[in-house]
Amino acid sequence: MILATTTSTQDSGLLDVLVPMFEEQSAYEVKPIAVGSGAALELGERGEADIVLAHSPAAEERFMAAGFGTRREVVMFNDFVIVGPEDDPAGIATVPSAADAFRAIAKTQAPFVSRGDDSGTHALERSLWETAGVDPAGSWYQESGTGMGDTLGIANERRAYTVSDRGTFLAQRDRLDLRVLSEGDRALLNVYHAITVNPDNGRRVNVDGGTAFLAFLLSPEAQGAIAEFGVDRFGEPLFTPCAGNVCAVDSATPTASPAASPAP
Amino acid sequence: MDDFRQGLAEALRLLASGERDVWGVVLLSLRVSLSATLVSLTIGVPVGATLALSRFPGRALLVGLVHTGMGLPPVSVGLFVSLLLWRNGPLGDLRLLYTPTAMVVAQAVIAAPIVAGLTHAAVQALDPRLRLQLLALGASRVQMTWWLLREARLPLIAAIVAGFGAVISEVGAAMMVGGNIVGETRVLTTATVLEVGRGNYDVAVALTIVLLALTYSVNMALTVLQQRQRRP
Repeated sequence: MILATTTSTQDSGLLDVLVPMFEEQSAYEVKPIAVGSGAALELGERGEADIVLAHSPAAEERFMAAGFGTRREVVMFNDFVIVGPEDDPAGIATVPSAADAFRAIAKTQAPFVSRGDDSGTHALERSLWETAGVDPAGSWYQESGTGMGDTLGIANERRAYTVSDRGTFLAQRDRLDLRVLSEGDRALLNVYHAITVNPDNGRRVNVDGGTAFLAFLLSPEAQGAIAEFGVDRFGEPLFTPCAGNVCAVDSATPTASPAASPAP
Repeated sequence: MDDFRQGLAEALRLLASGERDVWGVVLLSLRVSLSATLVSLTIGVPVGATLALSRFPGRALLVGLVHTGMGLPPVSVGLFVSLLLWRNGPLGDLRLLYTPTAMVVAQAVIAAPIVAGLTHAAVQALDPRLRLQLLALGASRVQMTWWLLREARLPLIAAIVAGFGAVISEVGAAMMVGGNIVGETRVLTTATVLEVGRGNYDVAVALTIVLLALTYSVNMALTVLQQRQRRP
């Protein structure tokens, strides 16, 4: 059973908890392949994975609309944060929204490091530029083409701004001089969905395995493990479980009401 | 330098405690890369020897191709092997992607041209009169090749060292066709990449130190073999 997933679930260590739990209670052997959300969806589209765990809602909706997935469920969420050097040269800590923060960065041409890798984080970043009405270009806007951990390192060395999921930033903040400067905007919600792959995508899609893993992710045991994950290391959980969209973070669901507290 | 010192301490601690399945990772690295080197020898030595000992049209083109292969980027090899081994790819029936076997295949593809190229150079560097002498003594073609390879064993062991060095150190192909799955396809280089991504630099340095120690041990064994057989 092949699970194509985003790097943040592996880099945070969450998979090391969930995968053994699932393997213990089922007959399936999981092969988790950690790539960016874009690449994970591509593997699903080619029928090279049985289930996709991603955090790139617009790309996922396109994936579903094209019929590449059979079921798409909210699993959990956390949030993105805009981080930057402590002295905050663009003054983004005082502006109200994430889009305003991006406008301030573009206006002052303060260095910004983009993932540039079609990951979920990169997709979120591009949508924020769009909301801000800015087409980021110029020497201040740099693409790292690497994962979140490396990108945070580059931003740190260059005293630049970047967008990170909160989990990866928390895991690495001890070695970074970067600070969280903008957070809490609903546009910064980071929602993880699991999608079972349509068997028509390829000859060998393991439908039963994918379906079993989806059921597991939504089960009380897995949701409980997600809620506890990271508490021992960071004093706060890295993800908030949300099976059945009970926390109403899924924008695609019309019944969504304002989330009580999007930030974990 | 603090990072290095901490890494060294962490390396010793990891090896002593066996945390993160470090011994499993070490053994898998060794198993995959030694198997790949063996496979590359069975392909590379005959190809290199044939290119050195026969004359046929287009031979120079083939030698040039082998020499190009000596610099194959591991990530490109990983990509092509992935395309072949994908479930829906031409060799999907074998179900090999994300297994150690797939890693051996990819690494053998990386090492084979190196072994072939260095074998070719080693055999061609032998005194041509030796070959004539062997034939005059009534050696068959296979016997002659065997004796020539024996005579070239010093540079041939260097070819093994180069082939093994290329694969134990590569990360692009191992990551792509192996998938860096814990307990299954995680080797020292892919584990290092993962720990760097996680920001665990001390563990990453520790794994690198373990990798260097492992490479040194294997190369020491080969060097002993090489130097022991050296008689005046």
